[in-house]
Amino acid sequence: MAAKKENIRNFSIIAHIDHGKSTLADRLLEKTQSVAVREMTEQLLDDMDLERERGITIKAHAVKLNYKAQDGEEYELNLIDTPGHVDFNYEVSRSLAACEGAVLIVDASQGIEAQTLANTYLALDHDLEIVPVINKIDLPAADPERVANEVEEVIGLECMNAPRVSAKTGENIEQVLEKIVSDIPAPLDSDDSKPLRALVFDSVYDNYKGVIVYVRVVDGKIKAGDTMRMMATGAEFTVVDVGYMRATSMESAKELTSGEVGYITASIKTVGDARVGDTVTTAEYPATEPLPGYRKVNPMVFCGVYPADGADYENLREALEKLQLNDAALSFEPETSGALGFGFRCGFLGLLHLEIIQERLEREYDLDLVTTIPSVIYRIHLTDGTMLEIDNPTNYPDPAYIDYCEEPITKANIYAPNEYVGAIMDLCQERRGVFKDMTYVTPDRVDIAYELPLNEIIYDFFDVLKSRTKGYASFDYEIKGYERSNLVKLDVLLNGDGVDALSFIIHSDKAYARARKIAEKLKEHIPRQMFEIPVQIAIGGKVIARETIKAMRKDVLAKCYGGDITRKKKLLEKQKEGKKRMRHFGTVEVPQEAFMAVLKLDE
Amino acid sequence: MKSIGLYIHIPFCKSKCPYCDFYSMRAYDGQPDEYTACVLESLEYWADKLGRTADTLYFGGGTPSLLGGRNIALITRRARELFGIDGEITVECNPSAVEDGFFETIAKSGVNRISLGMQSAVDNERRRLGRQADSKRVEECIRNARNAGIENITLDVMLGVPDQTQESLKKTIDFCLRNDVPHISAYMLKLEEGTYYYNNAEKLNLPDEDATADMYTLLGDILEENGYRNYEISNFAKPGFEGKHNLKYWNCEEYLGIGPSAHSFIDGKRFYYSRDIGSFCLGCEPLPDGEGGDEEEYIMLRLRLADGIVFDEFEKRFSKPFLTEISERAKTLEKHGLVNVTEASLSLTRKGYLLSNTIISELIYG
Repeated sequence: MAAKKENIRNFSIIAHIDHGKSTLADRLLEKTQSVAVREMTEQLLDDMDLERERGITIKAHAVKLNYKAQDGEEYELNLIDTPGHVDFNYEVSRSLAACEGAVLIVDASQGIEAQTLANTYLALDHDLEIVPVINKIDLPAADPERVANEVEEVIGLECMNAPRVSAKTGENIEQVLEKIVSDIPAPLDSDDSKPLRALVFDSVYDNYKGVIVYVRVVDGKIKAGDTMRMMATGAEFTVVDVGYMRATSMESAKELTSGEVGYITASIKTVGDARVGDTVTTAEYPATEPLPGYRKVNPMVFCGVYPADGADYENLREALEKLQLNDAALSFEPETSGALGFGFRCGFLGLLHLEIIQERLEREYDLDLVTTIPSVIYRIHLTDGTMLEIDNPTNYPDPAYIDYCEEPITKANIYAPNEYVGAIMDLCQERRGVFKDMTYVTPDRVDIAYELPLNEIIYDFFDVLKSRTKGYASFDYEIKGYERSNLVKLDVLLNGDGVDALSFIIHSDKAYARARKIAEKLKEHIPRQMFEIPVQIAIGGKVIARETIKAMRKDVLAKCYGGDITRKKKLLEKQKEGKKRMRHFGTVEVPQEAFMAVLKLDE
Repeated sequence: MKSIGLYIHIPFCKSKCPYCDFYSMRAYDGQPDEYTACVLESLEYWADKLGRTADTLYFGGGTPSLLGGRNIALITRRARELFGIDGEITVECNPSAVEDGFFETIAKSGVNRISLGMQSAVDNERRRLGRQADSKRVEECIRNARNAGIENITLDVMLGVPDQTQESLKKTIDFCLRNDVPHISAYMLKLEEGTYYYNNAEKLNLPDEDATADMYTLLGDILEENGYRNYEISNFAKPGFEGKHNLKYWNCEEYLGIGPSAHSFIDGKRFYYSRDIGSFCLGCEPLPDGEGGDEEEYIMLRLRLADGIVFDEFEKRFSKPFLTEISERAKTLEKHGLVNVTEASLSLTRKGYLLSNTIISELIYG
């Protein structure tokens, strides 16, 4: 049953990673008896194994809670969970756009972190009412009063009356629910009589129902049998079912009306047809203007993904297709590499997204993969005035025809205790960062703003940052735009033959050091072969680093074992198997590990 | 029908050498005689079953000399009668396990070739290999064999053994030249799983890959200067003294192996006796080991020989010309001095011998 509009509350929970978002969500479910205690598994909203292991929320989910407040009224609370990583910023923004308020969780010992601020500003941009909650008061290091002060000072939110809770133990959870009811506005400006406009904030592929579209109905209503129309793509579908998301099941409803949060199913085959941010209307009574803010998310980071065993190519394609059903931000197209054979050029939102996809391919689809060095999209301006967008070093044009190049630059903010300022600035400097600003958020915490080239942060920036700051720094970035840059393409030559899969584009200042390191790594990881192999790293035709893999000297079976030919033959077969695991470049055989070693150069 | 080679395995040793994984044991009193009876029985069985002649006989081990001259002579005589052997008859001997009069006894029965497991002429190297006799004893054996009329003598030399250096190897080579033996087998040590060496490789002060390869090259150079031909990867002979029995393996020809762990190749079938003296003596059948003698095997084995693959012979044997893709691959390797390719044949160079496993695999599978 649909509640009165005055009794609906649509909200998200926002927090820095690890501040307890998923645990708080679990407690809210428990407190509202949306889920029986015995059904509780830790962090119910994160239902992908990976999410649970990494402790991050990859995709948004939503759930409807019924809460009888102290004023005696029944409230319908729609909790819209948001992804907690910079790679998924757009999805976060759409989830927030579906709400009137947000619960901001701040860790009682750690205080404000990068994503606390980033998410708060994002929520304020959407005019959300923010309900601060101080979590983890059960920890010995908890200092709720200090953190409350910090929130008041830095964000300017009244925090003295903010609930101090422990999502872990369940202490004071009731206060959070009461705050949601009292502070977050009801969706009163919604209008059932207008044409339907429902914001898609998430869509998930289900094997039986097709795509389940999660929506916030802003205006109008929708029911089974209506013809829904996606305003951005124009695609139309007949609605099969509408309803509400419960913690452990879906609850069919007669209709969804304005102000409500729910799902629509309509036998939609891929999530690409119901993209996050799009507006749903009906063909029968169409709206003229879509809801603002739709944008097709574009991959930012690209790399080649190849099956280790060429025979798995079709399996890889199928796996990618299946993942794409559920992930409109993942792109892929076939690619051939002289070195790695047949594979796919895949595009990702960021490095975490890349890692998640790679891990899911390996784990859920049992594939053994080789990936090439991640790349961003470079803009190459040619002397004839044309511009190429290049995400694959293979397509890098002859330098003779290049007028100038541009690379994507990010605006990055790093938050950390002030004792790490030196370490952070060193790192940013190494990564070609341009210092912009530094402000003290509190007497001992700083917010350092840098402009960093995207290609310097896609690979391991966050890992290095964490290790240099003992895990205390947090990091957030957004794309600022393209800037001119002095780029070169490094080619790797083995025995004189180029190995396309190892080429990459790099800033010229870093080319020499990187080239030497690659040459050393390859020498270390490529076994000696029948003849000497020169390893050369070149820019254009000019070799800038060189190593030599000495020729193998001895691989011989001296004895004949008194006519035991089978034993010799088995050895030959073993050799053949060993060869299979090698990648062949002209006459040179390169084991998989050598590729991995080059990719993980900085470890 | 062509004559086959006959191999007889004598699985007795006084002690186990730390690098060896061949099937052998310490014999109890009377066991050599019992075993001789089993071998004689088996010879009767096979002669009857196959109805073939043989032209080589080879006693390998183990330590065949531990069987005693009398037993070896007994087996040799019977084998010659049953298989009509009138060719090379070799007995492997450990210089520390040869009784007085041994060579006279076996020479009278027809044995005409002796293989001495010297391994090294440097005494402390040889002791580390588990060999008791000193080099004087080796020389004495050579003299005794010659006095008994056996001129065809081969010495085993090992390369890449603990403490060995280029210099110490030269001493061993000098020893071979000084004694003017017509044949030398030089084996590079291979660590076989389950042996003491395999399990203790780090402690052994083994020469590395490069040093061992250098030793092999040094040995080959010196022996060739002195009139030996490196006719097979591990074998060097003065003209006419090539090991005829072992050539059968490399030529992919037929042979019958008698005794536990002995391998056979007859009528296109490979088979072998299990590593168990008891089941052999009870008359258990050998175990099948699949088909043999196909192109792959032939190429693999013939490439061990200096003559390599002679295209005409290949065509005769397989009724088709030699595979062009292999010739193509060989051309790349030729550039690196690893193989010789001519109109008529394909063979490995000495540098190629050292990489024979890789090269053969490369040639066959690409």
